[in-house]
Amino acid sequence: MSTVAKPSKASAAGISADALIRMYRQMLAIRLFEERVNDLYTRALMPGLAHLYIGEEAVAVGICEALRDDDYITSTHRGHGHCLAKGADPKLMFAELLGKEAGYCKGKGGSMHIADPATGNLGANAIVGGSAGIATGAAFASKYLKTGQVTVCFFGEGALGQGVLYEEMNLAQLWTLPVIYACENNMYNEYTHFSETTAGDIIARPAAFGMAAEIVDGQDVRAVYAAASKYVERARRGEGPAFLQLDTYRYRGHHVGDIAREYYRPKTEEQHWVGQRDPVKLHSEWLTSEGIADKSTLDRITAELTADMDAAVEFATSAPYPDPSKVDDDVYA
Amino acid sequence: MPETVVGSTHASTVKAREIGFGDAVREAIAEEMRRDPTVVLMGEDVAEAGTTFKVLKGLVEEFGTERIIDTPISEPGFTGIGVGAAMTGMRPIIDIMFGDFMCLIMDQVVNQAAKIHYMSGGKWKCPLVIRATMGATRRSAAQHSQSLHAWPSHIPGLKVVIPSTPADAKGLMKTAIRDDNPVVFFEDKISYTTVKGPVPDEDYAIPFGVADIKRAGTDITLVGTSSMVQVALGAAAMLEEIGVNAEVVDPRTTWPLDEKTLVESAKKTSRCLVIDEGYFRYGVTGEMASVIAEGAFYDLDGPVRRLGAKHVPIPFSPPLEDATVPTERDVFELARQMCNR
Ligand SMILES: Cc1ncc(C[n+]2csc(CCOP(=O)(O)OP(=O)(O)O)c2C)c(N)n1
Repeated sequence: MSTVAKPSKASAAGISADALIRMYRQMLAIRLFEERVNDLYTRALMPGLAHLYIGEEAVAVGICEALRDDDYITSTHRGHGHCLAKGADPKLMFAELLGKEAGYCKGKGGSMHIADPATGNLGANAIVGGSAGIATGAAFASKYLKTGQVTVCFFGEGALGQGVLYEEMNLAQLWTLPVIYACENNMYNEYTHFSETTAGDIIARPAAFGMAAEIVDGQDVRAVYAAASKYVERARRGEGPAFLQLDTYRYRGHHVGDIAREYYRPKTEEQHWVGQRDPVKLHSEWLTSEGIADKSTLDRITAELTADMDAAVEFATSAPYPDPSKVDDDVYA
Repeated sequence: MPETVVGSTHASTVKAREIGFGDAVREAIAEEMRRDPTVVLMGEDVAEAGTTFKVLKGLVEEFGTERIIDTPISEPGFTGIGVGAAMTGMRPIIDIMFGDFMCLIMDQVVNQAAKIHYMSGGKWKCPLVIRATMGATRRSAAQHSQSLHAWPSHIPGLKVVIPSTPADAKGLMKTAIRDDNPVVFFEDKISYTTVKGPVPDEDYAIPFGVADIKRAGTDITLVGTSSMVQVALGAAAMLEEIGVNAEVVDPRTTWPLDEKTLVESAKKTSRCLVIDEGYFRYGVTGEMASVIAEGAFYDLDGPVRRLGAKHVPIPFSPPLEDATVPTERDVFELARQMCNR
């Protein structure tokens, strides 16, 4: 957590300085985390697949900043950012990614299945659209048990091809459930532009259910936070679900191994988003230009996070693997 | 079809009333809902209609539409809600009208419910019950007649119940609702109208993985599941007339499976025939027969034999449909051959 003294301009865009700096810190944490994932993976230290969230940080951070600790999220195959934004500890994340006993799931889940009741993380899901039911069910339980919790269901625009999503949206709207469907539109379903897979307008789909919906600039963390706060609080008041279309871009490949990408998306497009629309850079520039944080503050945050992440990687790489005898544990509760 | 009264070792020892198979399921659900306010039931036409089979009639009057919940015709949708609600403090019962619709909910059951406990390193639990039906001979044709209980039985993380009597249905449903794991509970839909039996007055639950000897015998073991328990008992009565004393064993749950009781019975009688209403190929009979063969091989007089549904889509026309499911006569003939009579 940031310890900077509040600058004279205590609040901007209706957001406290603490929150604004915390969101910067969280976005940068995700960026640095993912860069280390890339490094571990390319050095063949990480088994399996890695889908990096770099470029999309403002979405997870802006939304999770609007949530309470006990609110729920469900995540996706590209889920490291969601988990970190909801409060996951990088040490336990890295340990899980490397298949270590100390990881969030004792090494049984891996990169695509980080789950943690303590931070309200119902689990990342490697079935596209696969967590729509879990998220909507958690919202059902919150309403039934009158806990006041809200659930955010993160999914990529590729999940718009899954029928179960619409069954859940229909049920959520019918039953006024406190769930937010957060559609991260990074424009590509793996190696295919979404316009080739998605008929009509995305936003017309929630509209057909009579669901509150909004298109948000997913590179602007303050805009994401503002929209998320509005709909999360609305859901908490019992006024029902909402759908957010968060326009964003993944800077890297679909997974770390997806390097030659020109056949499905032009370099100039990547350069535009990286150069002009980077969420971390845009927010840091705004923080300094508004006088909310100066460069030395931001540099200090970078240094702290770099040290934290390096220590987390060190923790995970030196942590032991689970004993093979543990393979039979946890099949049944 | 004639009304059959099927006994149970449990029910025969205590004060009991005679009720129908569906009544027993309803009683179990009602009692658990009274005990635990986090139990809710959802599905298509479950509330005022009390399901297409009328099995849940009266529940909505007692528990209201907050807890007996009519859903849209969205099996994956409401099963998914069940999974999420189960993870976050509730004990939902999901009503799948026809077991054939398992096909629609497999991702929610197999990839979500069954895996979350393991994938999360034991951190999340999913105390969910999926009620589904099974069984042919209702002239409902290929998409409303299948017995697909082998499918969830194949999946680690799931438990699967296939009761044959009202007493078992009630006691096992209670255990299913109290279990912290996803449980798929298959009810033979013919049994709703044909099976009655004694059900204990007292509050009781039957543990999973405990087979029940429905009839003790010495010459051959007939392992029957769900509706095939009655078929096996009918065949046993026929066998008795030719001097063969058959033992009928009902595993009651395909997983956990009471391997010990199956093997011990086969060792005792030295002959074993397994009968199940699911498709014969790659199914429940194959698994049980191999468990018995592995455990009792040196005590057997011959190979373990099996009877299951024919490897065809269930046809509509009555003479065709009847030819797909093992009958008392089929069991009798094969058992007789096995006993060299
Ligand atoms: C049901 C299902 N089909 C296919 C896949 C393989 N797959 C993994 S990620 C992916 C693309 C997902 O695109 P999107 O939902 O937009 O998310 P993004 O990767 O862009 O974050 C596909 C097809 C899968 N995991 N699940």
